[in-house]
Amino acid sequence: MSGSNEISRRDFIKVTTGIVGGLIGVAIGLPTISYLIDPALKEGGKDVWVSIGKFEDMQVGIPYPFSFTRVQVNGWERTSSSFGGYALRKSDDPKDLLILNSRCTHLGCTVNWNEEAKGYICPCHDAKFNLEGKVLDGPPPRPLDVYNEFRLTEDGHVEIFSKAG
Amino acid sequence: MWKKIYEWLDERLGLTDLYTNLLDRPEPKGNWWNTLGSASLFLFVMQGLTGIFLTVYYTPSPDHAYDSIQYIMEGVSFGWLIRGIHHWGATLMVIVVFVHLLRVFFTASFKYPRELTWLIGIGLLLLTLGMGFTGYLLPWNQKAYWATTVGTQIAGSVPFVGEFILKALRGGPNLSALTLQRFFSAHIWMLPALLAGLIGVHLFLIIKHGESHFPTKED
Repeated sequence: MSGSNEISRRDFIKVTTGIVGGLIGVAIGLPTISYLIDPALKEGGKDVWVSIGKFEDMQVGIPYPFSFTRVQVNGWERTSSSFGGYALRKSDDPKDLLILNSRCTHLGCTVNWNEEAKGYICPCHDAKFNLEGKVLDGPPPRPLDVYNEFRLTEDGHVEIFSKAG
Repeated sequence: MWKKIYEWLDERLGLTDLYTNLLDRPEPKGNWWNTLGSASLFLFVMQGLTGIFLTVYYTPSPDHAYDSIQYIMEGVSFGWLIRGIHHWGATLMVIVVFVHLLRVFFTASFKYPRELTWLIGIGLLLLTLGMGFTGYLLPWNQKAYWATTVGTQIAGSVPFVGEFILKALRGGPNLSALTLQRFFSAHIWMLPALLAGLIGVHLFLIIKHGESHFPTKED
């Protein structure tokens, strides 16, 4: 009360309520934040080798289109995502392959090889890439992505290493 | 500096007035039974918050409702905590609201001029039960399915309009995706909106009339 150093009953209640309320808030609030951002902290699927076609079917100098889907478990559902690209054989050497990802480096649409234009055209914003995936025209910030890890199996299939996600 | 900011805000928002009238208002001598209304309000807010967080993962579809809750319980960090609070908080809220009603009854606090506060309180109890009824279906497990089958069947036993009520509750003659969807809609939008509105009026009346004294021997 007034004039004494002792804390008044009223102030004691106020301070105690504040402290207990704060503790409860933290004890519930922190797990809640973790609950909300949980999917962002989860690992994606596994990395796998995917066959994209037979080496003998690919002709030298002509882009060979391929596509594959990967199924991943997201939450309570299986989601299949499509991936694709073009394999360009430069010579008879199986190591002499350029495997491009057809995902446009601008905003993620799928580019298509256009024989007349001699380039990969993106339908979304008219981006154009050459046979090697270099940017010829349009807004993309960098060349098409390349699958650097690939191998030839014993039965003549070309496999690429597909990373999670 | 802070004092100046506070004074500027206080002049325009009336913070000090709000504080004195809402949190520092005079109370008659009471006991712990007088805190049940605040406890109900706390539980309502708690249910609201945890419910909002549950909708981040829950899916009101017969195909995914059960799986999405399994995912909340096992796949999401602290999902068990959020759902656990919501689950047990629901039961606790019904109990607390009902005991609050008993206290008001036994201390005769429902009398003049507080009749409307009492009536609105009855509405709040019914809405709380409605929240329990609609929320019970959402996990879409066997217990939920059959409880709702029985519950809507009971509503359907009303003379003359029973069949209409049953169809309106279920969104058709059978328990289906429509039932789950409309229970979900009622559970997260309609009933909470009504509850929040009526709680506002209930609180306004409590602040306006102040809390009642316990009856004395002369009463």
